[in-house]
Amino acid sequence: MDSISIIGMVSIIVAGLTISIGSIGPAFGEARALAQALSAIAQQPDESGTLTRTLFVGLAMVESTAIYCFVIALIIIFANPFWDFVIKRVGG
Amino acid sequence: MEFNPDNIIYFQWGFVKINATLVFSWIVILILWISSWLITRKVTSGAGISRWQNLLESVVSIIQDQIREASQQNPQRYLPFIGTLFLFIVFSNMLTIIPGFNAPTASLSTTAALAACVFVAVPVFGIVSLGIKGYLLQYVRPTPFMLPFNIIGELSRTLALAIRLFGNIMSGSLVVAILLSLAPLFFPVIMQILGLLVGFIQAYVFAILALVYIASATRAHHEKNDNDKDEVLNQSQM
Repeated sequence: MDSISIIGMVSIIVAGLTISIGSIGPAFGEARALAQALSAIAQQPDESGTLTRTLFVGLAMVESTAIYCFVIALIIIFANPFWDFVIKRVGG
Repeated sequence: MEFNPDNIIYFQWGFVKINATLVFSWIVILILWISSWLITRKVTSGAGISRWQNLLESVVSIIQDQIREASQQNPQRYLPFIGTLFLFIVFSNMLTIIPGFNAPTASLSTTAALAACVFVAVPVFGIVSLGIKGYLLQYVRPTPFMLPFNIIGELSRTLALAIRLFGNIMSGSLVVAILLSLAPLFFPVIMQILGLLVGFIQAYVFAILALVYIASATRAHHEKNDNDKDEVLNQSQM
């Protein structure tokens, strides 16, 4: 196999691995946070405003790790620097 | 398939490029500016207020309440900055429901600019309320060993703000574009509704996080004098 097809294959496999492994952790974390917030709202319905706001902010911060993985996967697929490098070497 | 609105160039003159991000940001700014100008042109404090004034007043008072609850401080100082951020992001996210509209927040340049505004606003608000010395002393608390971590934290949370908004909005439009080629009849509509929800929540989260960062930089001032609480009470009675 020449280097272009190796880079393409490795990029696709690694992009899939990045998004799948990278979404496991945030998914578990967000599920735990959501379950805790639900039980807290069930115990104290009066505080649901504060709880919901804190929950949203916390979920957004937890989720940012998954979004980093998503952005890395997009870079690997659409704007791969190594791919461009090899194409330039072969073309030039 | 073009998923970066920076690459859609309408007009180019030398190195000056007018791309879709700029044009749609201007459209959002114009919509916000013209609508608030039209509404506040004949604003009254009497009993018979117009429907639009009622709408605008309730939006402003909701934002004020959220700022007051989240920061536990007088919302009047933060209202212009936080409210502008929230309204701009909300409008650019919501208007993606219109066909042909590219959300300016789906481009990393816009979100990086918004995050840079927050990055500059945090020391400005901090210095105004604590003074230069008091603000800089916060970096060496609790010990001077924490100085590099505080600086890294300041930079990384700015990066996280930009990437979070960009990733959410861009992935929303990308998923719709991919689904249009796979199942064009029904599923893109559901994903667009989900995209509207995500867009609203992300605008809220961006504004609240900016407020939390600013409020944490001005916190020591708040603990020193408790006059703010009385001001908040007076404000809410008015």
